[in-house]
Amino acid sequence: MELSRRTFLKSTLVGGVGVSVLGFDLTPVYAQTQTLKISRASETRSTCPYCSVSCGVIIYTLGDKAKNAIPQVVHVEGDPDHPINRGTLCPKGSSLEQDILNDRRLLKPQVRRPGATDWEDISWEQAYSEIAQRVKKTREDSFLEKDAQGKTVNRCEGIAFTGGCTDTNEFNYLVVKTMRSLGVCYLENQARV
Amino acid sequence: MSQATLEIRRISGHAGSVPGAGLRREFEVCKLIDTTTCIGCKACEVACLEWNGLTFSETTFNNSYQTMPETQWNYWNLIKFNEHERDDGTLQLLMRKDQCMHCEEPGCLAACPADGAIVQYVNGIVDFQQDHCIGCGYCMTGCPFNIPKFSPTARKVFKCTLCVDRVTQGLEPACIKSCPTGCLHFGTKPEMKELAESRAAQLREESGFATAGVYDPAGIGGTHVIYVLHDATNPEAYGGLPNDPRIPWTVKLWKTPLKWIGNLAIVAGLVGVVGHYLRFGPKLPPEEEERP
Amino acid sequence: MTNGWIDIKNTDLMLIMGGNPAENHPCGFKWAIEAKRDRNAKLIVVDPRFTRTASTADLFLQIRAGTDIAFLGGLINYALENNRIAKEYLINYTNAPFLIQEGFKLPEDGLYSGFDEATKTYDKATWNYQPGGEVSGKVAEGDPLAAAAPPTLPPNVAYDLMLQHPRCVLQLLKKHYSRYTPEVVERITGIPRAQFLKAADLFTSVRKDGDLKKVATIIYAVGWTQHTFGTQIIRTAAMLQLLMGNIGRTGGGVNALRGHSNIQGATDMAGIFDNLPGYLKVPVPADSDLAAYLKRITPTSSKPGPWDSFNYWSNTPKFAVSFLKAMYGDAATKQNDFAFHYLPKIDRNYSWVEIWDNMYRGSIKGMLAFGMNGVMIGPDQQKNIDALKKADWLVVGEIYPDETSEFWRAPGITADEMKKINTTVYRLPCAGFAEKDGSMTNSARWLQWKNAAVPPPGEARLDQDIVAQIFLRVRDLYRKEGGKFPDPILNLTWPYIDPEHPALSDLAKEINGKAVADITDPATKQTIRAGQQLPGFAFLRDDGSTSCGNWIYSGCWTEAGPQLARRGTEDPSGLGIYPNWAWSWPANRRVLYNRASCDPAGKPWDPDRRQIWWDEDSHKWIGNDVPDFKPDSNPKDHMGPFIMNPEGVGRIFGPLAAFADGPFPEYYEPIESPIANPLHPNQSSNPVVKKFNTPMDKYGTIEQGFTVVCTTYRLTEHYHYWTKNNPMNVQLIPEPFIEIPVELADEMGIRGAQKIKVTSARGTYIAKAFVTHRIKPMTIDGKKVYQIGLPIHQGFRGIQEDAEKDARTPANLLTPTVYDPNAYTPEFKGFLVKVEKA
Repeated sequence: MELSRRTFLKSTLVGGVGVSVLGFDLTPVYAQTQTLKISRASETRSTCPYCSVSCGVIIYTLGDKAKNAIPQVVHVEGDPDHPINRGTLCPKGSSLEQDILNDRRLLKPQVRRPGATDWEDISWEQAYSEIAQRVKKTREDSFLEKDAQGKTVNRCEGIAFTGGCTDTNEFNYLVVKTMRSLGVCYLENQARV
Repeated sequence: MSQATLEIRRISGHAGSVPGAGLRREFEVCKLIDTTTCIGCKACEVACLEWNGLTFSETTFNNSYQTMPETQWNYWNLIKFNEHERDDGTLQLLMRKDQCMHCEEPGCLAACPADGAIVQYVNGIVDFQQDHCIGCGYCMTGCPFNIPKFSPTARKVFKCTLCVDRVTQGLEPACIKSCPTGCLHFGTKPEMKELAESRAAQLREESGFATAGVYDPAGIGGTHVIYVLHDATNPEAYGGLPNDPRIPWTVKLWKTPLKWIGNLAIVAGLVGVVGHYLRFGPKLPPEEEERP
Repeated sequence: MTNGWIDIKNTDLMLIMGGNPAENHPCGFKWAIEAKRDRNAKLIVVDPRFTRTASTADLFLQIRAGTDIAFLGGLINYALENNRIAKEYLINYTNAPFLIQEGFKLPEDGLYSGFDEATKTYDKATWNYQPGGEVSGKVAEGDPLAAAAPPTLPPNVAYDLMLQHPRCVLQLLKKHYSRYTPEVVERITGIPRAQFLKAADLFTSVRKDGDLKKVATIIYAVGWTQHTFGTQIIRTAAMLQLLMGNIGRTGGGVNALRGHSNIQGATDMAGIFDNLPGYLKVPVPADSDLAAYLKRITPTSSKPGPWDSFNYWSNTPKFAVSFLKAMYGDAATKQNDFAFHYLPKIDRNYSWVEIWDNMYRGSIKGMLAFGMNGVMIGPDQQKNIDALKKADWLVVGEIYPDETSEFWRAPGITADEMKKINTTVYRLPCAGFAEKDGSMTNSARWLQWKNAAVPPPGEARLDQDIVAQIFLRVRDLYRKEGGKFPDPILNLTWPYIDPEHPALSDLAKEINGKAVADITDPATKQTIRAGQQLPGFAFLRDDGSTSCGNWIYSGCWTEAGPQLARRGTEDPSGLGIYPNWAWSWPANRRVLYNRASCDPAGKPWDPDRRQIWWDEDSHKWIGNDVPDFKPDSNPKDHMGPFIMNPEGVGRIFGPLAAFADGPFPEYYEPIESPIANPLHPNQSSNPVVKKFNTPMDKYGTIEQGFTVVCTTYRLTEHYHYWTKNNPMNVQLIPEPFIEIPVELADEMGIRGAQKIKVTSARGTYIAKAFVTHRIKPMTIDGKKVYQIGLPIHQGFRGIQEDAEKDARTPANLLTPTVYDPNAYTPEFKGFLVKVEKA
């Protein structure tokens, strides 16, 4: 925490004392307050990722979006224009700054091999390639073109996809497209539970 | 209020009156806390923590939703919870946002011996100036609400600033903005008083709270944070809100003689000045200073 | 929500039950407070605990978890007994006058007609209307057609506008709920008779003297959904609201508060096994071709002869074919049934609990989990962990280290045991909300576009890039190596500007839909050129000339631009409609079924809160909201306001296959319950609920010592399993706790903040006791019953968990593997436990 939060105009104060006994002084005493930390920050309008009220939030980032400035979140506040939340936020929404800046975030792809007792790093390239091969193998092993009655079913029984609560509509659509085309039926989402 | 500076009304540890006070029109700000629509969500706690960049401290669960027992030097805004069983057997979960009350007659400021460590602006905000704070902690004894808290690391005292940095720039305090139900409001003192009284009347007439009322304690000249309570006759039930807060007599006692000494010194100084004038006449500025 | 968040401010009375919006939706709850402050609206809260929502209530009732149908059934009975119903609404806008087949039997013994003990399912043929038209004033006749009638709704239903015929829905309803007397309500729910009557009087007071001006809303969340009869609780509420004439009206409705930011969107977009986007049904093997599929899923109208029914689902073929065109583009032709067989056909239940059961049994070998912490969610967390041990591979896309990706080192698993777990786990760092754009749909059905503020940290990548990359590589493998039925993979449309990194804006446009060939609207003569974005779903065709990823979202991104990104802050009506803010489905309507906000002649029930109305001059429905109705249907034609039902009216009786467990909701006990059902002790719980039978699936009884009713929930300070990584929220509530009544604590000698242990048939949960007055002991069917509650937020990875500051025993170690037979949601609330000192 910064201790010298404000500059106090000490000289004015001390200078004023000598004449104050005369009753008044025409030079009022002021205290300077800290400047607003978001006064020149960039604003991005977003939506809170938590509950289904979908409050509008403004994410304040350092820098004016100039090319050389790497944006860093300095503050998140409710969007006063948003008709539902009108600038308000709950304790989860109010802590979003710490969700974005969080030092617990996952930063690298990792793999846990069979029998391993820890993670190891893996490149994106390697991870994609291994996952694709596994998806194909499992699909091949569990794909059913016809059921016992000879009816066309074209489904993959060995793969499940589970989607999360904050996945966007567009992401979910991409999931439906790709997973249904692989024949996936075990397609579920936080929406169920 | 859109300037980056605020006019001062009172200064701690300061002999004599405040220069320039009362020369400009300025309205008094006020925070209204309607405990009857507070849902104890603690959005205000987090908004305060986030905006003011305060550090985190460890808490433990202690049979309550309350984050910690009292406000801390780095936790200025705390909802106090109380499971209150009424005489008719019904239960109330009372929740009150506790923070600096920004008293009209601030006990902290009265108790503070350090010149300029606590100031009261004309708009009513009582603000600690840590640059001038000597860490004596007298302000803590002067406060009837147990608000200022000492930081052992900084050796200074801290408390809610009513987001003076935001207010100076024309924004509402962070807690006010966040409040989901609108149990917090911010505006001028007369407006907030009116809003509070009308809400209290509604509670009495429409919601069956016959003793609902507004908390704006007269013993300290009123406050710039006022409450609407379901039961104004029992503020203690709201996490120990004092029934009739006053500046402690100890503070008054030691401040009064000190003031006398100060006044004597001022009179002596005045006598000296007059004596000097009579003896030596007016001091004329050097000639070369008259024309730039 | 049938209505919306802001609309709550317009209400006169709120019943909040099965939800705790002050804690879980605080910024939406402001509108409830607004109604109290500005309109003196009254608030009734019914909950197993005195919550922070209850703290603002005018009347709070403590209910035993899971007994909501008994309470709501009691309200229906009270409303009927005291004639506090909206009769005109009931006759004209619901199926109350419809006659039900003679063979249909009410469940006095706990079973409706048609139950098959062997399969635990119903033959629903008798759950149907009688054909035959107007019978008002006529004596009931035997129905010779009943037995021979095929299980479809009759086109010309029999009805009695006097509501007197003994087989009419209203009379059956009356008979059914006459058993739900205040005494029975008290025995089941534990709510004392006097308190129940106070609540019943207050709730039905909006229909005192039959006046329809006032309006009440019902607000709920997963406290209703997460039961083995969850859908039926919600249905009881819907029926009550129809009875009271509160649906479709400003300040009214049945309002589901979804638990997460895009659960509504995920449901709309069919992230669930049984739907395709826009609530189209997933094909089954019997759908031998597209025509058979469309015939099965397209309803035909079923109504009183002289009345009109829009039956909007009759357009289903347009929606389905346009979806197939969006999926498979040029490969979907009339000749190949628009690639209908590219879609998988389901023959059973593939829902959440079934996934884990099938993985546990070894048939599911691989899982992809994106932002979905399945281990924590449970139910019966240990079963889910053991299931993952049997999988070959698991791909987790996450932003924090979560329990699912680390199931192999869950508490209690030793290094030696770890070596025997052969699952390969890939953990891919994804982008957080602030790092990606895209739209989410809130509870009020508003689609809102958000913008990215910062790039993902480290090597983290956008979720859509990851799924795209995995798919494109699988596609490459099929291209190179071939394999089983590769056609849908090879022919899936991929029209993205940057195919390696599909932009969400590209996807949003595809979802909205476009013209594939030039089309002209017959009514307006408006022509849409090939390639242009469609203005809305009214333009969809079933001949392959349009494509649309999700028909209900059509209109969200038109030629005029992204409607879902609109930021208009004007609200001309003052009713909180904000027609120019974002975009809501369907067709930017803000209150569903808003035709019902007017009387049969088209005049608003309340002239001060007008949603829409019939304008005689223009011969159109106009108003503050977009009419959820055929815009030029003259009130004289008596078209029903519930245009998505083939009847055109609201269903007080849910006919045929609408529900798996009965056309009227009946009260059943939770699977684990402290008493036998007082209504029918021999059929205590829901007869069609499936119990699982692996060694992991255990169900407890009071005889085994599980005597305490336990419920799970969230706290306002935390968000699910997410904010245990956020120091600000951890500071607010640093550790798990168990809320227990003071009386139980006294009995057991437990002090506040003392460590205690809660055990169910499945697992043990350890945390500090929160000894509180906010849960009272209850008297249930003459027995003293304690309820306790525990929040679900803590797991075994998080700030406090990693510091080993708590017992690392997630709440869902306790919950049972059973689910609702209609919505397939597990019973997370109201199971049995025992409480001990730890």
